[in-house]
Amino acid sequence: MIPASFDYVRADTPDHAVQLLGEHGDDAKLLAGGHSLLPLMKLRLATPSVLVDVGRLRDLSYINDAGDHVAIGALTRHQDLELSDLLGAQVPLLRHAAGQVGDPQVRHRGTIGGSIAHGDPASDLPAVLLALRATLVAQGPNGTREIAVDDFFTGFLETALAPDELLTEIRVPKAPGAGWSFQKFNRRAQDWAIVGVACVRNGTTGIGLVNLGSTPLRAAASEQAIGSGASIEDAAAVADEGTDPPSDLNATPEYRRHLAHVLVRRALEQAGG
Amino acid sequence: MSPVVGTPVLRKEDPRLLTGEARYVDDLVIAGARYLGMVRSTEAHAEVSSIDAGPALAVPGVEAVFTGADLQDAWAAPMPCAWPVTADMKNPAHLPVAVGKACYTGDIVAVVVATSRYAAADGAEAVVVDYKPLPAVVDIEDAATDRVVIHESAGTNASYTWALVPDPDAVERAFASAVHTVQERYVQQRLIPEAMEPRGVAVVPQPIGGDLIVYSSTQIPHILKVMLAVTTGVPEHKLRVVAPAVGGGFGSKLNVYAEELIALAIARKLNVPTRWTEDRTENAVATVQGRGQIQHIELAADADGKITAVRVKLLADMGAYLQLVTPGIPLLGAFLYHGVYDVPAYSFECTGVFTNKTPTDAYRGAGRPEATYAIERAIDALAAQVGVGTDEIRRRNYIKPDQFPYASPAGLMFDSGDYEPSLDRALELIGYEGLRKEQADRRASGSTKHLGIGISTYVEMCGLAPSRVLASLNYSAGGWEAATVRLLPTGKAQVVTGATPHGQGHETSWSMLVADRLGIDIDDIEVLHSDTALSPIGMDTYGSRSLSVGGVAIEMAAQKVLDKARIIAAHQMEANEDDLEFVDGEFRVRGTPTKAMPIQAIAFEAFTAHNLPDDIEPNLSESVTYDPPNFTFPFGTHVAVVEIDEDTGHVALVDYAAVDDCGNQVNPLIVSGQLHGGIVQGVAQALWEEAVYDDEGQLRNATLIDYLVPSAAELPSFKLDHTVTPSPTNPLGVKGIGEAGTIGSTPAVMNAVVDALSPFGITDVAMPASPQRLWSLIQEAKTR
Repeated sequence: MIPASFDYVRADTPDHAVQLLGEHGDDAKLLAGGHSLLPLMKLRLATPSVLVDVGRLRDLSYINDAGDHVAIGALTRHQDLELSDLLGAQVPLLRHAAGQVGDPQVRHRGTIGGSIAHGDPASDLPAVLLALRATLVAQGPNGTREIAVDDFFTGFLETALAPDELLTEIRVPKAPGAGWSFQKFNRRAQDWAIVGVACVRNGTTGIGLVNLGSTPLRAAASEQAIGSGASIEDAAAVADEGTDPPSDLNATPEYRRHLAHVLVRRALEQAGG
Repeated sequence: MSPVVGTPVLRKEDPRLLTGEARYVDDLVIAGARYLGMVRSTEAHAEVSSIDAGPALAVPGVEAVFTGADLQDAWAAPMPCAWPVTADMKNPAHLPVAVGKACYTGDIVAVVVATSRYAAADGAEAVVVDYKPLPAVVDIEDAATDRVVIHESAGTNASYTWALVPDPDAVERAFASAVHTVQERYVQQRLIPEAMEPRGVAVVPQPIGGDLIVYSSTQIPHILKVMLAVTTGVPEHKLRVVAPAVGGGFGSKLNVYAEELIALAIARKLNVPTRWTEDRTENAVATVQGRGQIQHIELAADADGKITAVRVKLLADMGAYLQLVTPGIPLLGAFLYHGVYDVPAYSFECTGVFTNKTPTDAYRGAGRPEATYAIERAIDALAAQVGVGTDEIRRRNYIKPDQFPYASPAGLMFDSGDYEPSLDRALELIGYEGLRKEQADRRASGSTKHLGIGISTYVEMCGLAPSRVLASLNYSAGGWEAATVRLLPTGKAQVVTGATPHGQGHETSWSMLVADRLGIDIDDIEVLHSDTALSPIGMDTYGSRSLSVGGVAIEMAAQKVLDKARIIAAHQMEANEDDLEFVDGEFRVRGTPTKAMPIQAIAFEAFTAHNLPDDIEPNLSESVTYDPPNFTFPFGTHVAVVEIDEDTGHVALVDYAAVDDCGNQVNPLIVSGQLHGGIVQGVAQALWEEAVYDDEGQLRNATLIDYLVPSAAELPSFKLDHTVTPSPTNPLGVKGIGEAGTIGSTPAVMNAVVDALSPFGITDVAMPASPQRLWSLIQEAKTR
């Protein structure tokens, strides 16, 4: 639980952060809330040589009404999402799911940007953003670019962000009045989901899956089935198509596939037509 | 002044604990201290071919590296096991730093000395150790086959076999004539104690005289001092052991650890202060674990389900070595496998075996939760066979109130008890009839949310212990406790206790006892403890012993102070002692309202000694060492309600009632606190916790991410109540409550789980009852 030695630099602005990433190259890691990175460092599973601390970029902490979407700064803490009236009115699924992340201590420190950029398939918010079809904004040395959430998660703990890019904003389409459900199955409230399902139904159906493969996944087969008029039961039965569930002390792949069926069914039922 | 004993006084300890003012070992500022880093075997069973310290010595801040061979001359004796349960017990030499061979993944093979904690960690990682792996012995039953023998010197993995069979023929006869018999096999999985504060030690050599101060996060500074002297050869009178604030132990700090000995040895070798603090993953492999048994229990019963005999065979996992009381843990349960039931014939046998895993030792309840689990699960199986309710089968078998003191079939004398009222009240609290009706309704309607109700009535033996009984069990120490009560010249009191608190609230409870006895305010009382210089004599805290042994000693010492004060008061007021009454903190002469002396004034008179009776020594300071005449036997009934989701296997504890009887209560708030924590720890064994080892002997869940200690979020509010059946064997009428919750809860929850799944024909569920396990069992049952 003692990390290997590392250097620490603090970014004053997003531009500065990008510049520092450029200077330190592949060995640098961004530090936001630290609730994913620091435990890995303490176990010496991650040994970055430089930490670029973006935790004080307060300008990147916001939840704004941006017309057809809600714009969320990457440094916005889970706790702020959980308490946001704007999200409550426009994207209640995200507000609710943010309140299910870890425990209160984690939610006071952890950020949505950190959670997304870490790309952990066991995290809640990536699957939620998949269901919501969010767009991510990254800033690099050549300016900013938008990345569709479906293109963002590229591998285990790997994302489409370049080594010198900083995730700055998450854009979530408004969906007031949409049916939604977040099914988080775990043994203790504070834990990562053994399997989780985020679902939003608003004419179309979006379903994100937690912890069923090496990346956060979309339940594409279920979405398609429900879109073609299949029953909830039948749509849920294909929830695990295209997944590659991990095996750990809590669950075998087979059990995870079964949970995906049950939880997708429950999510679709709760989200309604 | 109204008595405080029996009222919910807020704990005196809490402000400093809650504000972070309390100082733990790691908080101590020690100038010039060197930080130790432990190099632990990465193999469960391996020969250590070579150790290259070179790369570690190149790490900035690393000053030295010691291997087992380097430190061999530092040990006057191997690490101590104080409980040789049989004369022929195998106890292979266990050195603080292994030499030649490592026997579990926490085994220390080298020690790094560095100028900072970070350098120590980097240095420990840099030491290159070559291992020649040997086959690991992980499974207890596999160990018992001696397929691979871990300790060549022992020649077998069986450390000992200990039996308690008072009348073998009676047992045979009972089984031969039984109408019903039950045979069950239960597994007590290994548990990691997970004290909130991991272990830590610091050793500070004193500038003159060769004295050494040892600060340790321990439950047992007094026992540790003796053992440090024996194992390192430092004369005992040159050692002072201090346990600063200690953040929980649950039995895991009732031990003498390699790191304590290493820190002492290196401090002596280098003549510098040394310190070491365990980290959380280290704690999982290097601190003793609890439970680890395979239990075979058989019941014989007549047609009515009245139990006529209990026969038990245990296989107990010692781990790689015997720690301080490792072999004795199963024996603490050996006498209680008939539980609260009047059983005439009894047979118990236990074999302790070595495995390539972390040593086991005391963990909250230590032997008694295991025993209670076996009998309380087995009696439910008997109820199913006889075809009566799980409440009714218990009523038919309880030891009856008029049988106390009860001579148990295992040879104990249960002090007092009245079991059925605790069952009645617990069933009333939980709403038993209504729950059974709801359960029936759900089953009839085909609900997939299965309700289960589980009952457990327990009795435990605590108040460890009468020294003569300990002698008969080959335990190497006594079971007394020491106390001093001292009135200072200004009327304030100092209370010295040999019981060492690490979360139990001794300062509050002892103050309450003395306040009532001497008529002074609890805030005028200071309790001194946990430092062998302040409290030189003690047997420390474990086994729910503090109040029923240490608290009684406090009570007796306070009474002696009062008796002496009465003599002085009579002398000073020129009255006959028999004419004095002690009311509201002052001695009054009956019938002469103007003549009175407060005890504070007598304290001052005793200090000046200007006017004392001829044969009375100055000062008011009295000491007592109390050796209890018997154990105490608290009991109670716990009822758990679970709901199991058939679709996922998820189990939720939805309601919980506990009615416990610990005799008279000194502080009901502390009693409730002990029960809350204890119940959670027992529920945790049922539903969440297990130290999982793979086939190579690697612990797979060494972090709190993977080892599932529950939080309040997973638990319902507990419905607690009490009955009061005082112990007749001590003047306070107290019994003990520290382990009760853990003992009662595990079987209650598992009985509820099995009850919920009984429509599927499921009769047993292994612990912990994880969702995947339950789902798999349900799937199997459906395809049968």
